[in-house]
Amino acid sequence: MKVKTLMLGAAAAFAMAPAAMAERGSDGHVNIIYWQAPSILNPYLSSGTKDVESASLTVEPLARYDETGKMVAFLAEDIPTVANGGVSEDLKSITWKLKEGLVWSDGSALTSADVKFTAEYCMHPEGGCAQLSFFDGVESVEALDDLTVKVTFADAKPNPYGPFVGGQSPIIQKAQFENCMGAKAPECTAENFGPIGTGPFVVTDFRTNDVIQYEANPNYRDPAKPAFATVTFKGGGDATGAGRAVLETGEFDYAWNLQLAPDVIAKMEEGGKGKAIAGFGPLVERLEMNLTDPSSSLEEGVRSTVAAPHPFLSDMNVRKALSMAIDRELLVEIGYGKAGKVTCDLVPVPANYAAGNDYCATQDIAGANALLDEAGWVKGGDGIRAKDGVKLSILYQTSTNAVRQDFQALIKQWWSEIGVETELRNLSASVFFGGDPGSPDTFQKFYADVEMYANTFNGTDPQQYLAAYRCGNEPKPDSQWQGENINRFCDPAYDALIDELARTGDIEKRGEIAKQMNNMLTKDSYTIVPLVHRGRVSAHANSLGGVVLNVWDSELWNVADWYRMK
Amino acid sequence: MLTFTIRRLILAIPTLLFISLVIFLLLELAPGDPMAQVPLTVPPEVKEKMREALGLGEPMHVRYWKWLVQFFWIEPQVMFDHMFGTTYSEDKLRVISWQHRGPVMDVVVERLPQTLWVVGFSYIVGILIALPIGIYSAYKQYSMFDQAGTFITMIGYSIPPFFTGPLVIVIFSVQLGWFPFIYDTTHQVTDWDSFVYQLRQMIMPVMVLAMQTTAQISRYMRASMLDNLNQDYVRTARAKGLSERVVVLVHVLRNSMIPVVTVIALGLPAVFGGAIITEQVFSVNGIGGQLIGAIQANDLPTVQTLTFMFAILIVFFNLIADVLYGILDPRIRYD
Amino acid sequence: MTDMSNTEPTTPPHSQWYDVWHQFKAHKGALIGGIVFIVIVLGVFIGPWLWPYDATFIDIRSRNQGPSLAHPFGTDQLGRDLLARMMAGGQTSIAVGLTAMALALGLGSLVGITAGYFKKLDGPLMRLTDLFLALPILPLLLVMMMLFREPLSAAVGPERGIFILIVVAIGITSWMPTARIVRGDVLAIKEREFVLAARSIGTSNKNMITRHILPNVLSPIMVSATLGIANAIITESALSFLGLGFPPDFPTWGRLLNDAVQYLQDYPERVFWPGLAISLTVLSVNYLGDGLRDALDPRIRGR
Repeated sequence: MKVKTLMLGAAAAFAMAPAAMAERGSDGHVNIIYWQAPSILNPYLSSGTKDVESASLTVEPLARYDETGKMVAFLAEDIPTVANGGVSEDLKSITWKLKEGLVWSDGSALTSADVKFTAEYCMHPEGGCAQLSFFDGVESVEALDDLTVKVTFADAKPNPYGPFVGGQSPIIQKAQFENCMGAKAPECTAENFGPIGTGPFVVTDFRTNDVIQYEANPNYRDPAKPAFATVTFKGGGDATGAGRAVLETGEFDYAWNLQLAPDVIAKMEEGGKGKAIAGFGPLVERLEMNLTDPSSSLEEGVRSTVAAPHPFLSDMNVRKALSMAIDRELLVEIGYGKAGKVTCDLVPVPANYAAGNDYCATQDIAGANALLDEAGWVKGGDGIRAKDGVKLSILYQTSTNAVRQDFQALIKQWWSEIGVETELRNLSASVFFGGDPGSPDTFQKFYADVEMYANTFNGTDPQQYLAAYRCGNEPKPDSQWQGENINRFCDPAYDALIDELARTGDIEKRGEIAKQMNNMLTKDSYTIVPLVHRGRVSAHANSLGGVVLNVWDSELWNVADWYRMK
Repeated sequence: MLTFTIRRLILAIPTLLFISLVIFLLLELAPGDPMAQVPLTVPPEVKEKMREALGLGEPMHVRYWKWLVQFFWIEPQVMFDHMFGTTYSEDKLRVISWQHRGPVMDVVVERLPQTLWVVGFSYIVGILIALPIGIYSAYKQYSMFDQAGTFITMIGYSIPPFFTGPLVIVIFSVQLGWFPFIYDTTHQVTDWDSFVYQLRQMIMPVMVLAMQTTAQISRYMRASMLDNLNQDYVRTARAKGLSERVVVLVHVLRNSMIPVVTVIALGLPAVFGGAIITEQVFSVNGIGGQLIGAIQANDLPTVQTLTFMFAILIVFFNLIADVLYGILDPRIRYD
Repeated sequence: MTDMSNTEPTTPPHSQWYDVWHQFKAHKGALIGGIVFIVIVLGVFIGPWLWPYDATFIDIRSRNQGPSLAHPFGTDQLGRDLLARMMAGGQTSIAVGLTAMALALGLGSLVGITAGYFKKLDGPLMRLTDLFLALPILPLLLVMMMLFREPLSAAVGPERGIFILIVVAIGITSWMPTARIVRGDVLAIKEREFVLAARSIGTSNKNMITRHILPNVLSPIMVSATLGIANAIITESALSFLGLGFPPDFPTWGRLLNDAVQYLQDYPERVFWPGLAISLTVLSVNYLGDGLRDALDPRIRGR
């Protein structure tokens, strides 16, 4: 009923709107399927993509990234910059101004107090906030007036767009979460399962790890939107089922992240019910070279630590030859199709930070063989190269995933052509990516010579991502095998660049430094061997209009603009 | 029999407590980390804070004791409150999942309907098909019917649901377009039409699951019938002039039921446990899906609670099977 | 069944096992089952010697091919010859299937008969069975892998180590149904007249079990055996999917089937071969079991 009155109120606006812009709720129902089911709608308690994106229909940040990675204001009036005075000259503070007249879905006004509360909620020491890294270096958040918030950082912050920007850092309502601070955060089940937001939809029914139902937010700021009255957000199943439901049977309108072989997707598209769309963020599938010795003959505490350099991967020629033997174009064709591109960089996008190398684009088995010959690695009777009694015999591990196992088989064959023997191992993703220090099979522990996985960074700034490769930041027994410098890379010159990047505000200059760092890890040292720049493939029904695939933020960032094509 | 049942029920308590401890220790020992599904972009320090917030810092025996109190003391209060509108359990900490931070039991209750509709129904269908096939196959051993039955059930058993599931989807959903294959858990049966829709969305997962149940039970039924059909008492019964129907369906069947009862009793806890692969293929999101999801996310409170509930069912149904043995064959005595 | 030749007085006296063999031979299903099984076993163990392609050799140019003279079963998405992969996979699957089944069956029958026959042991053994039934399989397997993978591969080599681990893992997680079924039957048989009669003439427990109890619980054991093989082959593929099994380039029937399912619509023949192989193996073992049971049953053998 409320919808109806609002629609009447919006009649004037409706008359001016283009024909496609129907009134709120006029297009009925839309079905979205994510094959990973959302478990909670509070992004501060879970950073899984599924949770962040399902919550993004309801809660919104001050600004989002658009499909090109550019920032657009959502709840904020505009994007603060040094030029417009929103960011202070010394890069130590940023002042956001909220749009006027914004209300929560319950009708109360959105004020700067809510923004301030959001920061307090996440920065509470006992809360276990999953998005704490967005608030890294925040000294204080002050509400200057009802619509103005000032975030002050302890040190100069060249990229001050951490807090309140992007789907992972939305504004939550103070009135709702006030009693859910700190240790009580996880106990507020009702709140976590149904946050009040400013977004286009309101949660009506949430079943954890199963299905969510939404209806249009009667108080949404644009009276003509959203076009859909209700949304069903189904989770669970597998990528094949999700793709099939959209592309072949038409049961669903939108399917997220179809990690399927390219010919399988192509076949599904022949069903004619929808189409697959791809977008590219900074996700790179790579081989990580272990610079330390993972041999099981070493005692625990020495194995895979900097105390024991790797017997042959510490030789740069070996790493280079391993990279040269790989035909990345074929990998892309087999594994990802249009959702992949050949890359030789750790940071493939955005343009400002991407080095754009192509040294690895073509396979060169002969060159790799020559390089190894030259470096003194000679083939033995069994066709395996060796030097000083050290055989080029590699244990190559990754998580279980059909595409990754195909890659393993291909790469093993190429390496055998340059006289390198490979043993393959695949591990359950929950063990491999879990940081259990007691398990020998985690990617951090790296009890293997080479491992393969994909990694990325949030937003458009790779500073934190590149800073991971600092000396001493490697997983080691003292740190309970936690740490991000997986390769155990250590170069003082690189560390100096990390510090320089953290001090530099000029965007051009930052790009230069980042490219230099990228090259030090890839082209100059082959510590990280990039394979494929991976995109994300999602699918939407032919009748669903307004979909703009965005990999820099929530895929459902513009769900308010979606409509049913007539 | 009654004293036996009572004695076993009392004995079940220490057994179950011991099982719960073993499960707890096993889960503690298993490699895994609740942060496994957190994206790699989240830095290790933040993950460490999140772990602390889950209470992982506490020593093992404290966590086990907490779980015991929550499961055996607080959860029953919640159930009591729910049934009689009392408020004993207010503000008491229930068994909370690490994954979604909601009470584990709420999710179980939420998922029971689809689990019972799909898995429970398939089990009934499977038994109802299996028993006649097994009986008739044995009665007419090596007939066409028996051969065909053997052939189909064995193929049905050797081809796993991860294949039959997609196969029926491709045939009935994609090619023919008869049935939806994404199970709608929010669907409510209110009238005839909605009931028909419920049947349509159930039919494929039920088919796939019933295939396995049918194969298994009909094989045991047939084997056991064959054993008994050659016994002397059958000859005696026939000689007494009892009709063939009575001989087979009363005398032989009753004596052949012991292994079948065992198999059915073993399968019943699994009904509540759901069917992991089939549930996933059809997005049923039942209790099986909840368990496997929790295992993958290393959500120990959920895994512990669900596994322990299965343990209760296993002990309970095996007890029922033992009691049934005594009824089917009064010569079996436990005392 | 109505073969009367062995009762003819002209035949010389022969051993009990000759009788068994003779009866077995006369069982048509068992004979066909046996032949099919031997063909499969010979095919997968000798075939690779005769077939020019290696199961793991990738020929990327000839990927996704249908059946042809060069590749009678076609090739997979990386251009590996499917016939070669079927043969290599069969070796592992049959070996795992048979050994894991034998282990589960042995354990299950042992526990089942002991529990059913000796009243004192019934309680403890059945509570142990309940415990094993209740243990969550996945964490259990993860623990086993974590604890034993490295020591075992150091002791007997990586592939044999994983083989032992997988067989033991499947064995100790699937013996419980057999145990419960066998026990149920033993409880009933123990009270039958012939057992009482045997006891009254002072038959020892050992003889009682091997001569009187065991032959009478053979049929459920045989059913467990056939179902157990199918189970073991499929479970093995689930294990490797979880990263608990053989290295990923090591083909097995279960894994071939699993890999082929996503290509169900494009290349349906790819699911056909492993599906057929598993079904045929299970069916042939089933008929073998039928024949064996009939042959071992003295009541039927005489006729």
